[in-house]
Amino acid sequence: MKKFFEAIVRGVLTCSGFVTSLVILLIIGFLFTEGAGLFNEPMVEEGYVLALNKENDVSSLTAEQIKAVFDEDIVNWKEIGGRDMPITTFRLEDVERYFTVEELGSEYEHVGMCIASLIARSPGMIAFVPQSMLPADAEVRYIDDSTISLSEVFAGTEWFPTATPAPLFGIVPLLAGTLWVSLFAILFALPFGLSVAVYMSEVASERMRSVLKPVIELLNGIPSVVYGFFGLIVIVPLLQQGFNLPVGESGLAGSIVLAIMALPTMITVAEDAMRSCPRSLREASLALGATRWQTICKVVIPSSMSGITSGIVLGIGRAVGETMAVLMVTGNAAIIPTSIVEPLRTIPATIAAELGEAPAGGAHYQALFLLGVILFFITLVINMSVEYISSRNKYKLR
Amino acid sequence: MKSVEYPSRYAVRKRYAQRVAFWLFRFFSLFIAFILFAILGFIIYKGAGVLSWDFLTKAPSDGMTSGGIFPAIVGTLCLMAGSAVVAFPIGIMSGIYMSEFASKGWVVKFIRLMTNNLSGVPSIVFGLFGMALFVKYLNFGDSILAGSLTLGMLSLPLVIRTTEEALKDIPDSMREGSLALGASKLQTIWRVILPMGMPRIITGLILSLGRVSGETAPILFTCAAYFFPQLPTSIFDQCMALPYHLYVLSTSGTDMAAQQPIAYGTALVLIVIILIINLLSGALRRYFENRLK
Repeated sequence: MKKFFEAIVRGVLTCSGFVTSLVILLIIGFLFTEGAGLFNEPMVEEGYVLALNKENDVSSLTAEQIKAVFDEDIVNWKEIGGRDMPITTFRLEDVERYFTVEELGSEYEHVGMCIASLIARSPGMIAFVPQSMLPADAEVRYIDDSTISLSEVFAGTEWFPTATPAPLFGIVPLLAGTLWVSLFAILFALPFGLSVAVYMSEVASERMRSVLKPVIELLNGIPSVVYGFFGLIVIVPLLQQGFNLPVGESGLAGSIVLAIMALPTMITVAEDAMRSCPRSLREASLALGATRWQTICKVVIPSSMSGITSGIVLGIGRAVGETMAVLMVTGNAAIIPTSIVEPLRTIPATIAAELGEAPAGGAHYQALFLLGVILFFITLVINMSVEYISSRNKYKLR
Repeated sequence: MKSVEYPSRYAVRKRYAQRVAFWLFRFFSLFIAFILFAILGFIIYKGAGVLSWDFLTKAPSDGMTSGGIFPAIVGTLCLMAGSAVVAFPIGIMSGIYMSEFASKGWVVKFIRLMTNNLSGVPSIVFGLFGMALFVKYLNFGDSILAGSLTLGMLSLPLVIRTTEEALKDIPDSMREGSLALGASKLQTIWRVILPMGMPRIITGLILSLGRVSGETAPILFTCAAYFFPQLPTSIFDQCMALPYHLYVLSTSGTDMAAQQPIAYGTALVLIVIILIINLLSGALRRYFENRLK
């Protein structure tokens, strides 16, 4: 009986040991199935078509071209491989500009036929209309209905998820924004983080340490939304005045806040690494006549390099994944950043800001899940490299 | 006659370098402490005037430009409790397994790798995951249940790691002594190992609650309500939460000027909760340490 009971307890404990692995698998599974769905979505909004005049020989357009056409950035068909004629765009809202209410019918029952005839008589027209509206025998041609392609997403330089007729899901600006703001955050945090770590592990008196330790812990404990709030109220206006910016919400504000948030992780890990540097190494160096500073530079830091690197990489991980603070202070402009003082937008902030408005199951929703997958893999790579770095160190010490 | 030895120029320079470096380090460290006190001081200074009994016990009113934050406080406490129910039992069991049962080898390595990876997953990814699994797939809707489960998953790695480390630090002689007296492995864990590890486990658990109380991204899409003035009555209700409330107040709304004092107050309450949690865990740690001596 007792044996049986122990076996059960043992089984339960074993199962609970694998819970984290299960959660990771579930995360991968759910994010992937939703995210991969994006590539099965039609480029043009579901249920809609782009109709052309019969004479027009353009048969396929990329999402970016479609957007440029409807934004009137492209005004002639020859720019996108057609014949030399001006483009007229037509959306459903425009219907009353072309037809009177009598022509459309009292319940708009003739809309389809009217539009079809309009397209048939205007050679340069491209019309964005619901497919069900056009009569089946309409004398029009349709732009080929293709699905969203990998290259449009991973090499696309525009993120315009709500654009009609064709939303743009280019992740390059978001990825660039994330890396850009994290890079600066780490550059800001590095001198502080390393100095404090060295100070706490090598220089500070016991009393100073007992003051600094809780300070770092509290810095780690402050919620990101409070950092964001502080950044929004204090840092953003300061930067706006200090650098004379049109808007204070910028990559710089984001990276300052992120630097503060990445510090505790960096300091704790690096300090632990330096403290675990064997006493004998230190003593040998001091006995040879080196000063404490020389010992730190030439002995302690090199011997704990892998721990310090882990700390830095973990700090990067924290900065890359941080959501709320960044969302609140970076201004959220989805453009590829060229300087640090302009607004930019990161992957996590995009997910947080847009998921609430994206209709479930739609292309936009799936695109956000795809961003989640990308973010997950970035942090996975970061974590794996930390594992690798710290495992290498153990080998070296033996 | 003895010649007086002057320190060489090299020796002077290296002393000088050391002094400069150490002063720089001290300055940086004090600067970081200054940052913390600037943030805390600013929020306490601005928020203290807003705090009142009414603020803590009334629901928001007039489109969130007046009234209190009681529902948000209750919501956050509900979420903390909910996530504790989810994460603590599983996390502690997992920690026990890692420290006491798992044979040293690839199993432990694998689980530890997964736990570390999970702790590195950004909170917004947990939010996405919680939404896909709990809200949509399991159809819990936006609810305290979905929010607690999501937050529970998020705090799992922390709970596991503190438990494991607490138990790992117990000397093997304790285990051997107990086993030698004829106790079974489970008895040893239950009577010897867990009681000894408890202080550190508890402080770790409390700290994980602190982390949960401040998380916003995971509850954005799983639980948090923009405005839900009545108190939640079941775990299938939405609720307001302090961090989300702070986010909403400071980024959107009808009347920013009127909202700002409330935002300061909300931030202060959130900070106070975190401070209490940190102090409590510190005090507990000291108390247990003294008792052990």
